[in-house]
Amino acid sequence: MSEAVLQRLDIRAGTAIAEGPDWLEPVRRAAADHFAKVGFPTSRDEEWRFTPVGPIAQGTWRPSPGVAAGVSADRLAPFVFGQAEWSTLVFVNGAYSEALSRILELPQGVRAGSLAEALRGDDAVLRTHLARHAPIDGSPFTALNTAGFRDGGLLHVPAGLDLERPVHFVHVTTPDATGTAIHPRNLIVIERGARASVIESYVTLAPDGVYWTNPVTEVAAAAGSWLEHTRIQRESERAHHVGLTHVDQERDSHYRSFSMAMGGALARHNLHVRLNDENIETLMYGLYLTRGEQVVDNHTAIFHDQPNCRSWEVYKGVLDGRSRAVFNGKVFVQPEAQKTDAKQTNRNLLLSDLARVDTKPQLEIFADDVKCTHGATVGRLDDVALFYARSRGVPREAAERLLTYAFAAEVIEEVALEPVRNELDRLVLDRLEARRGGAAGRG
Amino acid sequence: MLEIRDLRATAGDIEILKGINLTVNRGEVHALMGPNGSGKSTLAQVLAGHPSYQVTSGSVIYEGQDLLDMEPEERAQAGVFLAFQYPVEIPGVSNAYFLRAAYNEIRKSKGLEEIDSMDFIDLLEEKLKVVEWGPEIMSRAVNSGFSGGEKKRNEILQLALLEPKLAILDETDSGLDIDALRIVAAGVNKLRSPDRAFVVVTHYQRLLNYIVPDFVHVLSNGRIAMSGGKDLAHELEAKGYEWVEAASAAAAGAGA
Repeated sequence: MSEAVLQRLDIRAGTAIAEGPDWLEPVRRAAADHFAKVGFPTSRDEEWRFTPVGPIAQGTWRPSPGVAAGVSADRLAPFVFGQAEWSTLVFVNGAYSEALSRILELPQGVRAGSLAEALRGDDAVLRTHLARHAPIDGSPFTALNTAGFRDGGLLHVPAGLDLERPVHFVHVTTPDATGTAIHPRNLIVIERGARASVIESYVTLAPDGVYWTNPVTEVAAAAGSWLEHTRIQRESERAHHVGLTHVDQERDSHYRSFSMAMGGALARHNLHVRLNDENIETLMYGLYLTRGEQVVDNHTAIFHDQPNCRSWEVYKGVLDGRSRAVFNGKVFVQPEAQKTDAKQTNRNLLLSDLARVDTKPQLEIFADDVKCTHGATVGRLDDVALFYARSRGVPREAAERLLTYAFAAEVIEEVALEPVRNELDRLVLDRLEARRGGAAGRG
Repeated sequence: MLEIRDLRATAGDIEILKGINLTVNRGEVHALMGPNGSGKSTLAQVLAGHPSYQVTSGSVIYEGQDLLDMEPEERAQAGVFLAFQYPVEIPGVSNAYFLRAAYNEIRKSKGLEEIDSMDFIDLLEEKLKVVEWGPEIMSRAVNSGFSGGEKKRNEILQLALLEPKLAILDETDSGLDIDALRIVAAGVNKLRSPDRAFVVVTHYQRLLNYIVPDFVHVLSNGRIAMSGGKDLAHELEAKGYEWVEAASAAAAGAGA
């Protein structure tokens, strides 16, 4: 059965394994073998208990078609915010589009481009990092991606360099992606003392398209590096999206993530951050906006393996309709990891009586001299706050929008890059505006 | 401007207002005093339309309209303003954004065009002077992390901006040190005008040294037990609220 999935997706017999350097071949083969052995997870699997992947497992997905014809820069305009100021790499249905991408001048030695292109040469950075961070036995989906990926974004910032302007990976699907599975693979390597900002977007030109995106992003943040990583998931609300971001951080590094999820019928993002040395700081922020019948799941895991590190996590959700959100936040503190300072917060705002949240903090602490806290809330808009806004002349619906926006904006404020903050703000306001239109339409 | 007749209101099953009668004309400043639990803050909140209270009988006519029939936002748009005893914190939204939203909603309700952000900044600069504030406060989230004094100043700033006809101040003096009290009271005095009425709810006479009222009413057990001029506040300060309660009980006894 799982073998059949691999065959159908051209992962066994197709070119994915044959292509690329020799060193990658055994990794791909091991990944395919792993998937063949374990198959898709079921709801009996604790990691997937609240997120049934039936719609994916039972689908008959074809391999992605690669670049679609007829995608114009105009049609991408709503998704490539900031394009004028920074480099934008565009991947259409999983494949790099040189025509749609725009790479501005980069500091000497920095590479930003297509992973597939880089794989055609013998590349030391890829050999060291590609498929070396995200373990293939971590999840069947990761195994499948590793076995079958074709392309994705590559960013390499050499030691001591400041990227100055962000790089944006835009993964876009078109109507041609309908019925296909796409396995984007991104690699971000920030060397010692380097600084960078990366934005990773998943967007669609097929708002009703049924397809499946299965991305994996590996991040290597070397000693003393600084990285802001924003992930924006705006897939079709009938599509499926199961993604992993795996981060390895070294001594004195600072990694800050913002994960926005608003698309997908079934959307899951795993963010795993491993703190491999001392004095590391990790900030993980997230926002999910769900409606209709969407199921949006965020699983985060932070591995405090060494002492004197700090992790700070805030995920917030705004749920409407009959949608469902899942949050699972794991914090592992190893016996060596004394003086760990870890804080986790998950807050959910329900706009509908029918929306549901399953939130589960999961702290496993084996060191005794640590400060670890967590908190989760699920609630409605505060009546007194609503009254306060209304008593200033703001009508009820506008007051509800204002307070909902405020709830989301509080976490968006944590994004360092202003244009990214503005874009996230816009997405929230647009969603609230759409809700207003929808509510009016329903009378 | 405001005619309150036999107003009764409950919170849950408990009756708090037990027949309030009060008339306020434009340009007047009325102080509502009384011990804790007498109903003075409840009256202020009922006038603004607080959802925690249910009016069970009586009427409130404001500028010829049935105030009790209006939504809180309609009351605000018609010129009623409540300065909250406990202003609400709204993290995530800047003070400037919130104030502009409120200002524009009130303009829209009057059929006026919305003000753009540049013009609004100019307007705010003017209003900030009323509470002796610089522009820094406008980029902070609404009341979020504000000190008690800052929150109360922010209420008066909103009052200055929204220019209501009837301003109700609910224990605006509580939790203020003497400097903040002076600034807040000076702000209110700058906003006094022949067209604007104030209802000042306070537990202490202290505030009334700064905001001198035309009338003082003392609430006791959900009713106005005594009314008088500004000297009544001084008398209360000297004799305490027990004096009013005793006098009111005696009056009730005499009437029975």
